[in-house]
Amino acid sequence: MAPSLTVKVTVDGIEVEVPNGSNVLQACEAAGKEIPRFCYHERLSVAGNCRMCLVEIEKAPPKPFASCAYPVNDGMVVHTDTPMVRAARRGVMEFLLINHPLDCPICDQGGECDLQDQSVGYGGDSSRYSEDKRAVLNKDLGPLVKTVMTRCIHCTRCIRFCTEIAGVPEMGATARGESMEVGTYVQKALSSELSGNLVDICPVGALTSKPYAFVARPWELKKTDSIDVLDAVGSAIRVDTRGAEVLRILPRLNEDVNEEWLGDKSRYALDGLKRRRLDTPWVNRDGKLVRATWPEAFAAIAAKLDGMPGDRIGAIAGDLADAEAMIALKDVLASLGSANVDCRQDGAALDAHNPAFYTFNTSIAGIEEADALLIVGSNPRREAPLINARIRKRGLSGRFPVAMIGAEADLTYRVQHLGDTPDVLQTLLDGTHAFAETLAAAKRPMIIVGQGALARPDGAAILASAWALAARTGMLRPDWNGFNVLHTAAARVGGLSLGFASGKTLAQMMNGGVDLLWLLGADEFDTARIGAETFVVYQGHHGDRGAARADVILPGAAYTEKSGTYVSTEGRVQRTAQAAFPPGEAKEDWKILRAFSAMIDRPLPYDTLDGVWARLAAVNPIFHRIDMLPRFGCGDQTGPVSQGAMSAAPFEQVIHNYYMTDPISRASATMAACTEAHRPAPSVAVAAE
Amino acid sequence: MSEPTSFTFDAESQALIDAAIAKYPAGKQASAVLPLLDIAQRQMARVAGSAWVPVVAMDEIGRVLDMPSIRVYEIATFYFMFNTKQIGRFHLQVCGTTPCWLRGSDDVARACREATGIKGYGESSEDGMFTLTEVECLGACVNAPVLQVDDDYYEDMDAERVTTLIAALRRGERPTPGSTIGRQSSAPEGGPMTLNTIPAE
Repeated sequence: MAPSLTVKVTVDGIEVEVPNGSNVLQACEAAGKEIPRFCYHERLSVAGNCRMCLVEIEKAPPKPFASCAYPVNDGMVVHTDTPMVRAARRGVMEFLLINHPLDCPICDQGGECDLQDQSVGYGGDSSRYSEDKRAVLNKDLGPLVKTVMTRCIHCTRCIRFCTEIAGVPEMGATARGESMEVGTYVQKALSSELSGNLVDICPVGALTSKPYAFVARPWELKKTDSIDVLDAVGSAIRVDTRGAEVLRILPRLNEDVNEEWLGDKSRYALDGLKRRRLDTPWVNRDGKLVRATWPEAFAAIAAKLDGMPGDRIGAIAGDLADAEAMIALKDVLASLGSANVDCRQDGAALDAHNPAFYTFNTSIAGIEEADALLIVGSNPRREAPLINARIRKRGLSGRFPVAMIGAEADLTYRVQHLGDTPDVLQTLLDGTHAFAETLAAAKRPMIIVGQGALARPDGAAILASAWALAARTGMLRPDWNGFNVLHTAAARVGGLSLGFASGKTLAQMMNGGVDLLWLLGADEFDTARIGAETFVVYQGHHGDRGAARADVILPGAAYTEKSGTYVSTEGRVQRTAQAAFPPGEAKEDWKILRAFSAMIDRPLPYDTLDGVWARLAAVNPIFHRIDMLPRFGCGDQTGPVSQGAMSAAPFEQVIHNYYMTDPISRASATMAACTEAHRPAPSVAVAAE
Repeated sequence: MSEPTSFTFDAESQALIDAAIAKYPAGKQASAVLPLLDIAQRQMARVAGSAWVPVVAMDEIGRVLDMPSIRVYEIATFYFMFNTKQIGRFHLQVCGTTPCWLRGSDDVARACREATGIKGYGESSEDGMFTLTEVECLGACVNAPVLQVDDDYYEDMDAERVTTLIAALRRGERPTPGSTIGRQSSAPEGGPMTLNTIPAE
């Protein structure tokens, strides 16, 4: 007889059915009983060393059991609130507090501290301990994580996180007993893009946020649920503000996207929201930018537009542009007779004919169902750390061969490096390469094509080859789509979904290809390529590369200051929420465009946010399904149009410095500190970023 | 001396490493971390005159065994037998556990301090010859008190014999280990005390 999949457990008189193999703590949670814990974390391995989760189990030896490390049995009867349990937990708490300093008033964890909360339930009213307390030297873990190691209760969550989730086994517990210390032993900054999560998982104030040190208390903050846009993953975040200032960004739970983690850039670049901001319109007068009013700025643009043929007008959307602004800009240009819009600043050869050609079709959660992976021209660790963490998670759960074509890199899991040129892709396609068999033999193989493979002259040919390989190795089936494009820009899929890639391409708009160029937060291309005679309007929130070249600057809102719709690399449509107000005269971007359209007597047919949303949904129905991502198999194997042949040039990394990829992170002092801390040793010859 | 900047295993160590790794199944080579730490420490004693494991040696072990350096650090710092700081040429280890303590380990420790000029446990003499540490039970309680010098047990010690021993070590001699009062292994003091006669029929 096959073993039963579930078992019945009675917790405090409540009978629950839990999966076989669960632990007692999970059964207690299923029964709605809260079990105090420090070391147990559902996404980490079980350590069982804090002993706070003690419960009593009937017909077992008469002692308290650590519920996190004790498996359930059918018919088990558990008590979570007996005199023995309470006394045992009090005892554990007393021991934990022996060496823990009572410095809650000066501790940043105060107000959101597991130890503080649980000591309310199980702590004594006074300490019986009169010996010397132990003090531990603080460790330097880099610019993001602040340590007060005397507060550490040795739960080892940070060690397990580094080893298991982040894949950088750099933290450990050295020495033993009274002398045990958690740290890296050698002084070094953690080489992980996920190190900020240590602050979240630390149940006490031992690891806290360095940039946020002594800034605010959690109860002073207004919390706004939003979406991260600093990469294309679309992580769920919570923006904590006090007044007009964004003080902290934390991850929110979204099992399908970021689980409960967040990349360091997304979490810590927020100080960039306060620096180099455009807070007033500027107009170029006699070669010099001077402050202006909104009507003056609009008038300057209108004067230039007067009589200009539509074909001579173009627009480029940047990597942080929201769908509302893009559709408004596209509509404004259309009213002026221009279809010249492009959202591909890097010139990536993305084919917008079929959404399957430019999205991460497998979905992020779907990675866990795959059983072989080929990465082409991408470094997911830098381009999307959370997708990389998901690939690593899949690798830990069973056999998962991963191969890579592109610049060699440490992705935190074992990768078979096949080479760095498109030739290798061709050998896979011909079936002469051994890994082609691995892919073909896999039940659910997947391929990830990065921007490093597409943003090059032969990008279209590579995209077509990758699709052909996917078709040949059984990745494109009605029940499984293993073809994935990994984007680095949050705006990209939204832009392609709205058709923000028509008429002249970015390259054709350069060198005088247009007379008026409207940059919607476009900072990631070389503005020196813009023709000297081209009139440049820069609409955006930071004084970055684009603004430096502009003739008129229209100050816009950053993602925390507007309700913007973004489509993640998966094709997941999500909305940010306004957590703060744009500084000074700055306005939400679609409103700027709406106001401008009225000023030139070509008013857009919508003037409310609901109106814009209706327009978005009319352009592309995916904008109807906010936060939902239906997964489709691949019904049509027709590939993208192939142009030309693949060259022999090696794939290059698109992101050299994870910490600075957009105007916000470039303005951030914290990200600058990270860049400095993670700069390769000077002996290694690397071109300065 | 500060941390060395590099460490490589010499040929003698390499032979031992190969033998140690061969004891474990393929893919489980990390199990050999304890023998390798010991081999590294002995190589340091042999080559540099101080039995300790610097960080670079632990990094090298991590590399050889394909395991993260931090895991090696954790193990090396867990066991007192591995010295993660430089020690003197001779490692004087005084057992201070109850049987030795009852039999005069305080005198042994004091004699060690006086003969070497060391102030307290965990310190080294100024000439770099000796390091004094207190250790837990060495399992030689019958011949207490015991002083371990590197790998050798000197048993039935008292202050005078400690002074003599240290003087001999200074001269470069290595007195025969074991009981210092002529006791045969751990037989009773003064010779056999039972079964001396054949009992009458």
